[in-house]
Amino acid sequence: MLAATSAFFGTDIPTLVAGIVLLFSILLMLVRAIAGPTVWDRILALNAIGTKSVLVVALLGFMTKRPEFLDIALVYAILNFLATIAILKYARTRRLG
Amino acid sequence: MSPTILLDVVLLALVIIAGIAAIEVRNLFAAVMLASVYSLLMACFWTTMDAVDVAYTEAAVGAGISTILLIGALVLTGETEIVRRAVHWPALGACLLVGALLVYGTLDMPKFGDANAPAHVHPVYAGYTQQDVRKDPSGKSHGDIVATENADAQSRAEAHGETTSGRGDYFHGHVPNQVTSVIVTYRALDTLFETAVIFTAGMGLIVLLRGRRGNPLKGGLL
Repeated sequence: MLAATSAFFGTDIPTLVAGIVLLFSILLMLVRAIAGPTVWDRILALNAIGTKSVLVVALLGFMTKRPEFLDIALVYAILNFLATIAILKYARTRRLG
Repeated sequence: MSPTILLDVVLLALVIIAGIAAIEVRNLFAAVMLASVYSLLMACFWTTMDAVDVAYTEAAVGAGISTILLIGALVLTGETEIVRRAVHWPALGACLLVGALLVYGTLDMPKFGDANAPAHVHPVYAGYTQQDVRKDPSGKSHGDIVATENADAQSRAEAHGETTSGRGDYFHGHVPNQVTSVIVTYRALDTLFETAVIFTAGMGLIVLLRGRRGNPLKGGLL
């Protein structure tokens, strides 16, 4: 069944499995970001979704045979780090700057 | 079937979930987090659509600076929204009407990826795809370059059975700066209207944020 599905989408099996697992984990993180009772749950969910989106972009590069998409993934990683730092600063001190 | 179609569908479903949750959640800190998640997922979606420049902007502006600005707004206000559940029917009606008009407008557009769409068969486009926007590495003079390009275009047009009035009619690479060449020649109208939009937005912001008439420094942010 996996082979038929991967043939249907025109990718190899490892890429397909990686994509499904990534998207499912993004869904789980999204549930935690919506439900998460504490602030820390939500910050962690946001940061994890940022990491997952880096991986999605990298995977997309290999799916479409364009590995130079890795550069874009690197930029996302840096941005994700900056946003997380700002949010954590706010959560700790209740002010920015 | 395109390999990215599964990715597209699931990503858009997640984007819709994040968007609805960001509107519905009453804790404003959670709303900021969800708006950031929305932007990250949209950036992934733009990348699958091959719009890498839009994806960069979405990630930098949407997930990066917007999140920080919204957190700054949270610092100035509070963290929970006052519940006000009444539906404003005229506003909802106006939104639905405008949305329906926009969808109706898209019905006239050519099919996605259609090679015969006006954007691809318009005469300007032929010149655009043959453009040669770069400095000449051999250091030839401007007139030599124009003459060479005109001869090139002539031979190319003859090979395709077309007539041409010569590439010198366009601004093909004759501007020394590459950015100027693209922005001011090929995309001049585009740039003009972009500038008009930004100017209008700036005027609107000044009108919204300035203080009372006659005493501009009191009661406003500007």
